[in-house]
Amino acid sequence: MSLSTAAYDIALSLPAGVTGLAPANDNPVADFSDTPWWVALIKAVGVFVYLLLSTLLVIWFERRVIGRMQQRPGPNRNGPFGLLQTLADGMKSMLKEDITPANADRIVYTTAPLIAATMAFVSFAIIPLGGTVSIFGHETPLQITDVPVAVLLVLAVASVGVYGIVLAGWSSGSTYPLLGGLRSTAQVISYEIAMGLSLVAIFLYSGSMSTSQIVAAQSSLWYILPAFFSFAVYVITMVGETNRLPFDLAEGEGELTGGFHTEYSAMRFAMFYLGEYVNMFTVSALATTMFLGGWQAPPFIAAIGDGALNGGWWGLLWFTIKLWMFMFFFVWLRGSLPRVRYDQFMRFGWRFLIPITLAWVVAVAFIRGAQLGFLGQGTFTIGGRELSVATVVIVSIVAVIALAAAWIWDDKRAEREAAAEFNPPEEIDPFEGGFPVPPLPGQRLREPSGLAVGSGAASREPVTSSVTSTLTSSPVKEETHG
Amino acid sequence: MSEPYVPILFMLGLGFAFAALSVFTSLVVGPKRYNRAKLEAYECGIQPSPQAAGGGRIPIKYYLTAMLFIVFDIESVFLYPFAVAFNKLGLFALVEMVLFILTVFVAYAYVWRRGGLDWD
Repeated sequence: MSLSTAAYDIALSLPAGVTGLAPANDNPVADFSDTPWWVALIKAVGVFVYLLLSTLLVIWFERRVIGRMQQRPGPNRNGPFGLLQTLADGMKSMLKEDITPANADRIVYTTAPLIAATMAFVSFAIIPLGGTVSIFGHETPLQITDVPVAVLLVLAVASVGVYGIVLAGWSSGSTYPLLGGLRSTAQVISYEIAMGLSLVAIFLYSGSMSTSQIVAAQSSLWYILPAFFSFAVYVITMVGETNRLPFDLAEGEGELTGGFHTEYSAMRFAMFYLGEYVNMFTVSALATTMFLGGWQAPPFIAAIGDGALNGGWWGLLWFTIKLWMFMFFFVWLRGSLPRVRYDQFMRFGWRFLIPITLAWVVAVAFIRGAQLGFLGQGTFTIGGRELSVATVVIVSIVAVIALAAAWIWDDKRAEREAAAEFNPPEEIDPFEGGFPVPPLPGQRLREPSGLAVGSGAASREPVTSSVTSTLTSSPVKEETHG
Repeated sequence: MSEPYVPILFMLGLGFAFAALSVFTSLVVGPKRYNRAKLEAYECGIQPSPQAAGGGRIPIKYYLTAMLFIVFDIESVFLYPFAVAFNKLGLFALVEMVLFILTVFVAYAYVWRRGGLDWD
């Protein structure tokens, strides 16, 4: 303990010249001093209703958009444009029989959907939805609360939400749910690593984990630009986290019936459904907050009237627009891409996303260190702009390494593809492997020179066809294959 | 609000109340017609096996994934405070962080080499 404190003291004393660059603290910038508990409760109810209405709307939206993508109208009977379709579905599932299978572990089976649905809502408590507004005479930010470890809280809550899925799969006492629950768990935890690592770059830029601070830090430049690679990784992992196509391996209908919720019916099933869609909103809201400037207006709108449209209740509008862009992206993916194979999916996560995100974090740390002046204070001027020598050098080095890596990667892939290219021989023996093989296009069959059916003695003669030799040797071959 | 974590509990309570109420209403309102076949495990119409696959136990592969997850999740948890306090810590933290990532990378290369990342 004392050792680590000593190291911290050394660390603090080393860059004595640059501490002035650091922000005063990493606490939330949102001011909750004028927010009594009942205003917080009103905001919580408001966000809850916002989420429920959004879910009702997005299920309809998804079915309609998918319908258009597949050249059919989609649901259009219940209410104007079929808007009440989701409500009708919800009522229907409420009036269905709630089945608990005989094999199920009753208590866990009942608890699992409650965990999945409850945990989906919690993360939204720290998402900033807008600027400071006045609610019943109290000036309060349009955000339920903010804490110094807000983003960590989102990741933690998402991890607890996984319990709903794994317990549902395990407690059903049936094969498909068990496999689906396991797959889903492995998938979510694997992609959570890459997701967590991709966010490190944001913390390096903002110097804070508080969401309001991160949004405030993006007032001049949205982090999607300096942390573009983090954004790409985050978008991939958020699809994996929410079990959505093309990564919906946990509930692949073709292989696992319904995955972890195969045995569920009525409202308990609806709770998983609700949880999934609210989770989609949560990861999209986090992406909006971390990369797209949160509730802040796009730069050209923010410039209108000295920021008149960039704050207060207007923030809610910009936030909602950005959120729905992500929802459309989810639907678009589902309408365009087939499901990936499970081993490919896991390999992509563990062997590609994790190491490359780690490398990206190191690169961003060096760039950030150069910007903060840890690697030298020299500057030079080009075209009237003062640039730090260290920053330019580091950015160049990172770019060169990235280009070299891409080049080697491309080379290797071309090599692999060349090696994988298969040139079939012109003439094949159809019985070589012990069973008949049809010829590929352009191949000739080697004609057997003599027919020897069931004659083991004939195999000694050189004129015997390969049929016989294959027949006699086939038990050995089977052994080696087994 | 003096205690910033309390509103998170509001959200938790609302979510739980909604979920519990919905499930309870469905239990009360929904029909109940007993049928022995209905309560059997679903296996696409064939005779269901008495227990889930492997007696309901979990393949070792998932255990390995969970262990690896812990290793790398702890790594990212260590990277978070570093990233947040980077502008106060300076060059020392940068060097330390690179050394730390390299150390974990050795473990990663080992696991990869030993086939821990092969799914099949």
